[in-house]
This record gives sequence, structure tokens and C-alpha cells, in this order.
Amino acid sequence: MIKTHLRKLLVAMLLFPALSFGAGDHVHLDHAPINAGDTASLQRGAALFVNYCLNCHSANYMRYNRLKDIGLNDKEILDNLVFSGGKVGDLMKNAMDAGEAKVWFGAQPPDLTVIARSRASEAGSGADWLYTYLRTFYRDASRPTGWNNTTFPNVGMPHALWELQGEQEMKAQQVQGDGHKKTVDSPVLVKPGKLSGLEYDRAVADLVNYMVYMGEPGAKSRKSIGLFVLIFLCLLFPLVYALKKNFWKDVH
Amino acid sequence: MAATKKEPVVIEGAGPFNAPIGGLLTWVDQRFPLMSQWKDHMSEYYAPKNFNFWYYFGSLAMVVLVLQIVTGIFLVMHYKPSAADAFASVEYIMRDVPGGWLIRYLHSTGASAFFIVIYLHMFRGLMYGSYRAPRELIWIFGMMIYLALMAEAFFGYLLPWGQMSFWGAQVIINLFDALPIIGPDLSTWIRGDFVVSDATLNRFFAFHVIAIPLAILGLVAAHILALHEVGSNNPDGIEIKQNKNAQGIPVDGIAFFPYYVVKDALGVVVFAIVFCAILFFAPEMGGYFLEYNNFIPADSLKTPPHIAPVWYFTPYYSILRAVNENFMWVLRAGVVGYAMLILFTARGCLPKLLAAMVAPVILIAMGVIEAKVWGVVLMGVASMIFFLMPWLDKSPVKSIRYKGKLSRWAMTIFVVIFLTLGYYGTQSVTDMGTLISQVGTLIYFAFFLLMPWYTQMEQTLPVPDRLTT
Repeated sequence: MIKTHLRKLLVAMLLFPALSFGAGDHVHLDHAPINAGDTASLQRGAALFVNYCLNCHSANYMRYNRLKDIGLNDKEILDNLVFSGGKVGDLMKNAMDAGEAKVWFGAQPPDLTVIARSRASEAGSGADWLYTYLRTFYRDASRPTGWNNTTFPNVGMPHALWELQGEQEMKAQQVQGDGHKKTVDSPVLVKPGKLSGLEYDRAVADLVNYMVYMGEPGAKSRKSIGLFVLIFLCLLFPLVYALKKNFWKDVH
Repeated sequence: MAATKKEPVVIEGAGPFNAPIGGLLTWVDQRFPLMSQWKDHMSEYYAPKNFNFWYYFGSLAMVVLVLQIVTGIFLVMHYKPSAADAFASVEYIMRDVPGGWLIRYLHSTGASAFFIVIYLHMFRGLMYGSYRAPRELIWIFGMMIYLALMAEAFFGYLLPWGQMSFWGAQVIINLFDALPIIGPDLSTWIRGDFVVSDATLNRFFAFHVIAIPLAILGLVAAHILALHEVGSNNPDGIEIKQNKNAQGIPVDGIAFFPYYVVKDALGVVVFAIVFCAILFFAPEMGGYFLEYNNFIPADSLKTPPHIAPVWYFTPYYSILRAVNENFMWVLRAGVVGYAMLILFTARGCLPKLLAAMVAPVILIAMGVIEAKVWGVVLMGVASMIFFLMPWLDKSPVKSIRYKGKLSRWAMTIFVVIFLTLGYYGTQSVTDMGTLISQVGTLIYFAFFLLMPWYTQMEQTLPVPDRLTT
């Protein structure tokens, strides 16, 4: 009797949330093609990060020498990634004055250490958001910086990677909708940059890969330790089960 | 003065160590009630032998409590309770403190695990009538632990000083703002400032690491002492002490040590497998255990578009949001209807007198005080109404196994409604969501307030003399 009740309960539980589907309005996010195990990609991403992001943004909780995680040594880090004569154990601070930044961009550029973790939502992972965002800047003369973004409308940040991507503009385009063609405005490349479209996507994927790593540098060791812990517990289970059975054999 | 004369403690099974260990324990026992306590609470505490799945969660709650205290101590060694440093110190723990990430994830996953375990533990009590006489005090201590736990979770959630920490605290403290006359002063007094600030963080830290844990430890001791005084209930809701053998041991009882110690150990291993799977592979649990927005440092000038409490508060949050001006009319009708029900069907003068006096006062108050306040009141009452369970349940039997159809359906619907309210509490406000929350709120309270009637109306099943499996 209890069992049939539980079954009904489960059915009811499944039905209730269905009533509110379609409530949220999310932008479509592209899936970020990243691989946490690809050390070369992480290193390229780190180089992009210190060259293009760290001028305005900081990564105040991340130390340069943590990058040993991604296969670099102290000398490589100092020679290639630490500018302005800092030490290898320094935090990834930036030199921009917070007050001035606010005047220039309308808001202080946020710290990027855990940005990949904070940008996750029901629409997709933080990586997906960053990967989409960095590829959807377009020229907009009405904005103070001359740039706008479809993923983050009216963002204060100009397109820092424009040299690489080139310039996009909003253009009406025919796309395949639900069974029929429809016209939507979307960013289209009008002036190519240093990289081709595919190369740019790959560069952004490297950068996002690095930012996901930076959000939780210990994630890799967390998973490998977790595997051993679970194996240990699964081996412990039959032992404790046998112990219980043995003690309980005289209980009827 | 000589030590108390007691029988020497005899130890077996430790080989050459039998004599020295026995000697040491005898020495202690003559100065401290060691063996008598051991017997009362472990080796001669007789628990019903038919405990099922639902009976694991008491010992698991204890395990999680110890886990939270131990990990909490290590976190306090590195955490900085100041608005300027708090967020950075949590990231410092996650990155630079050796093993810090593990300690932090144990604590954050442990917080959610605590509520899962406690909710299942409470559900067990509801199913098998563990709150019925003579166990009312066990239930009341348990409910006090539950409230203390919610306070502990609320205070603790501010400490990482992320956006959700800040705005969650802001929303909850602002609820007090709605109270008439004293509201604004009260909320300022709680915050120690006009907005949530460094002062608020410092006092929340004090409550989280000292005041509330002390209260919880004391209440847990009282909860267990009261339990061991009257003995454990069981899935059949039978008193095993009414059926004892010649030695005075309950026929259907088995000693807690070793039987339930080894059985609970099994429960701990299974729990640890699930817990570690989450901890090591999904510590954010899809944004439910660690909210994504909380990875953005607190900013008093930027209100997040969607403020949601952590999942364990969401059923009550739904009830809070369900109360608006329109719903007040439903509540008024509910008060009138309930007073009528008592006036026409209750036995004895006292309930009728109370209904006739209290209902008009509530109705007048509903006319004077705004809906927002009643949302707060209803949320508070919803979390505390469990206290009344021992006196609301009038069934001649304790366990759901022998209760009638009405009670079974009421219990089933209550569980569905509790989960539904919880779900809508995590979502942003929609018309449909509000409507469902309002219906849910009514059903939630009906489950409790109509219990004296439906538990008496129904046909119960015969209760066996001895435990079944």
C-alpha cells in the first residue's frame, strides 16, 4: 500500500514543475569546446589572459606560480607571463586605478579569478557563457566605447580581442526557424582581424579553458582524489556489511 | 576519602591487555559513572529490532554535526570575518591553504547534507508517530534543534560574503522591517547598521561559530537523554517495554551496542559514498549547494535580478511570497471557516471559547496590518507548526502503517506539497508559480490544522502485539 502511494507521489512530483516550463527567457549559449586536460590549450589561454585581460581586469586570488599546475616552471612563468617585474609568487593584480576605471568604463572591471564559476546558470555553464560572450561583440556607434554585445547587452567593456577577431556588425539574416525561415539580427564579420573565424573560436576556447581552470585550480586533483576515496568506500562497504550480518545473525 | 566501591571492570578478548585495561577502567569507574553510563546508553539500551531504512538518519545527523564542527574549526583558522577580507579569505582557503578546498567543500556540502538528513529524520517521526506520548519532549527538543539549525545555516551563509550571502541576508532581515511600530528599529538593531555591513558580518560570525553551535550541542544532548529515558519508537508504533522477559529486557528489543552500532556504521558508509560523490564530483550541485551568484563578491549597489535562498529554506520562502493582498481574502475566509469548524464540531468548552475569542482578533489584525507582514508570520508559523504535532494527532494508533486512508493521503499530499513549495521557492516569480504556491500554502496548513478531525474520523487497522518486520 505504501508502495503504491510512493508511486503516485513520484508521478505527482514529476508533473508539478512541468507547469512552469517556458517561464524563463534565456539567451542561447554556444557550447564551449574546452578540455581541462589539454595542457597546451591551457598555456595558450594563460598567455592570452595575461596579454589581453589582465590590463584592465585583475585575478586577485590567483598566484602566478600556481601555473605550475598547467605544466610551466617558475622561469617560464616569470619570462613569459609576469610583466612589470613582479615575483613569481605574486597574485595576478593589475595596475589600473579602480576610480579611473570607473570613469572610463562606467563600472570597475570585475575580478576574473572565479568569473567562470559565477557565470553559470540554467542556460549553460560559465564556460559556455564566456565562450559566447567573447564572440558576440559588434560595432555600435551609440555606445561610448563603440562596442556592444548580444550576450551582455550594453556592456561597459569594449571588445578587447578585436585585433584578433576583427569587427562585427549587426545584420539582418535569414535563418532556419521552427519549420520556416525567419529573419533575425545577428553579428556578422565585416572587417577581418589577424585570425580567421575558426582560429578565433579556438583562441577564445583556449582562453575560456584557462579561465575555467583558474576558477578552481584544484578541480583536477579534487576529481582524482575523489576517485580513490570512492574506491576505498566501495571496498569498505562489503566488509562493514559482512560485520553487520555477522553480529545480527542471532537476531530473529 | 576513599574511591567509590564498585565491582571491578572485567575486559575480555584483549589477550594480554585484559588485566591492564580492566584495571584502568576500574580506576576510572570508581571515580566517574563510566560503566553505568555505558550500559544505560549503549550496551543495555534496548531498541526495537525492526528499525528500517528511515532509522539511519538519526545517527547520520550526529555524524554530520561532528563533521560540521570539525571542519568549521579548521575553516575559522583561515577565514577572516571582515567585509574587506571575507571573500578573498574563502578563495585563499580554496587555493593556498593545503587541503583547504577539501575542508571548505566538506563544510558546504555538509550544510546541505545536514538538512537532507534532518528532513528525512523528521519525516520518519511524522510517519511512525514518534512525537506521540510519551515522546512529546523528544519531538520538541528535535524541533528546537531544527530551528537552531536553520538559524545556524542562515548566519553561516553570510560569511562567504558573496552576492547571494549579502542579498539573502538583506532580504531576510528586511522582513523584520515589515513588523508594525518596532520593525525599522528592530532590523537596524539586528544588522548593527543601516545596511548589511561589516558589523552584520561580525555578529553573524559570532552566532555561527559560538552561540548557535553551543545551543545545538545542548539540545542534541537533551534530545538523546529524553529518547533514552522513554525508549525508541518503531515502524509499528508499539511500546516494546510493555512486553518484557524474566530479566526485564523487552522481548522485541536488542542492545544498541553492538547491534545498532554496526548497523549504523553500514549506514554511515553508504551515506559517505553518496556524500563523497557530490563533494568530489559536483560540489556546486548544479547551483543548489553553492549558488553561482555567490562567486561574485558582495556589492551593496548591485541587486541581483533573482534572489533565491538556498534550497532548504525554499518551501518557507514560497509561503512568504504566496501571501499578497488577494490571498489575504482567502486567509480571512480560512480563519472564519476554521473557527466555525471548531465551534460546531469540537468537544469541550475551551476550544470553542478560544476559537470565538482568537478568530475575531486575527481578523481585525488582518485588516490593520499589511499583507507583507502576514507573509512573514505565515512563514514563521509554517516552520514552527510541527511543534504542535503531539497534540494535533488524535489517532488511536501511532504508525502510518495502521492509520486509515485519510491519514495516508494527507501524508502523501503533504510531502508532494512540501517539495512543490520547495521547487517554486527556487524559481523567479511567475503568475502560475504564485498561484501554485498559494494553493500549496493552504494545503500545507490544512495538513496540520485539520489533523485532529481526519485522524479521528478514519477507520484504523488493528495494531499487532509484537513487532512485525
